[in-house]
Amino acid sequence: MKYIDPHIHMVSRTTDDYRRMALAGCVAITEPAFWAGFDRSSPQGFLDYYRQLTDTEPRRAAQYGIRHHCWICVNPKEAEDAGFAREVMSLIPEFLQKENVLGVGEIGLNKNSRNELVILEEHLALAEQHDQLVLVHTPHLEDKLKGTRLIMDAIKANTSLDPGRVLIDHVEEHTVREVLDRGFWAGMTLYPDTKCTPQRAADIIEMHGTERLWMNSAGDWGDSDPLAVPKAIVEMRRRGHDTASIEQVSWGNPVAFLGQCPRFDAGE
Amino acid sequence: MTSPANPSPMNRTEIADLYFLEHRARLLDLAAFLDRYDRADDDTGTDDFRLTALRNAIALLIDGSGDRTARVLDLMSDHSTEPIDQAGMKGACGTPPPGTG
Ligand SMILES: [Zn+2]
Repeated sequence: MKYIDPHIHMVSRTTDDYRRMALAGCVAITEPAFWAGFDRSSPQGFLDYYRQLTDTEPRRAAQYGIRHHCWICVNPKEAEDAGFAREVMSLIPEFLQKENVLGVGEIGLNKNSRNELVILEEHLALAEQHDQLVLVHTPHLEDKLKGTRLIMDAIKANTSLDPGRVLIDHVEEHTVREVLDRGFWAGMTLYPDTKCTPQRAADIIEMHGTERLWMNSAGDWGDSDPLAVPKAIVEMRRRGHDTASIEQVSWGNPVAFLGQCPRFDAGE
Repeated sequence: MTSPANPSPMNRTEIADLYFLEHRARLLDLAAFLDRYDRADDDTGTDDFRLTALRNAIALLIDGSGDRTARVLDLMSDHSTEPIDQAGMKGACGTPPPGTG
């Protein structure tokens, strides 16, 4: 079954991963800009990263028949120094013009600090100004509930962004209902130890339905699994869920959300 | 417990057949972890805040109510509502450290 992994950090993965993903049915991915595991020391470091996302990585993915798209931003883990973040943000508009860029992301909060919130609001304004889709990272573990609410409040209070053009990622059982009820799209991230397992993702789909919900591996340089999406598909299939609901969360929903940007190409 | 939007096609016996052994193993892992913690040298004289949270969460699993996953996550969440002044670290502990909020 063909599928889309709408959140994966391929700059941290090997060609073996691309090959295995292609074999498992992956035909398109989207890669949000994120933290490299260390703080970059200059805006130039970000510039090179954005070039990698918009130039090198699409060519690497194409070798395996996978269409590569990306999102550009300063991730919240590097937003605490607001002056530095603003310097980097001045580079973003140029990259929003590139042909594989779908929008601004993954923006959001990490430790729910004041500066993170200020930089989030400035990214939201940028997205609004350039009419971009938005991909939102929500904080980890104990910080997730508070951060998810602060982010949704900031979007509603300070922008006219249509929640139908914003995906709130890394939802879990305690945040998914609120995200969907407020009109946003929701992403479930399948991780071995934190966030959701494929089994819990299938449970969430059973509890909350298949509308405005997708799954991703968020594979990166840490403990993660680039084949997590096909594993969740297998989990739904072995429970006996029908093909239509499986296809909706692994294909139809990503195509519907991402297709709001004319640059998205699932290769249909 | 809220009713499911897209119910599982499996009945209870099928679910037990499919998942029991896997979760029995996870239960034993959890039991072994708690034993390992108890056996170790008591370097602080107080229960680690993460273990306290884990014990409270375990109690919640057998209180007879549903929505256990969401309730465990809620129990292990920071419920304050104001942004913090500064991000002191990048990571998270898994449950709020003492003095949060
Ligand atoms: Zn990510």
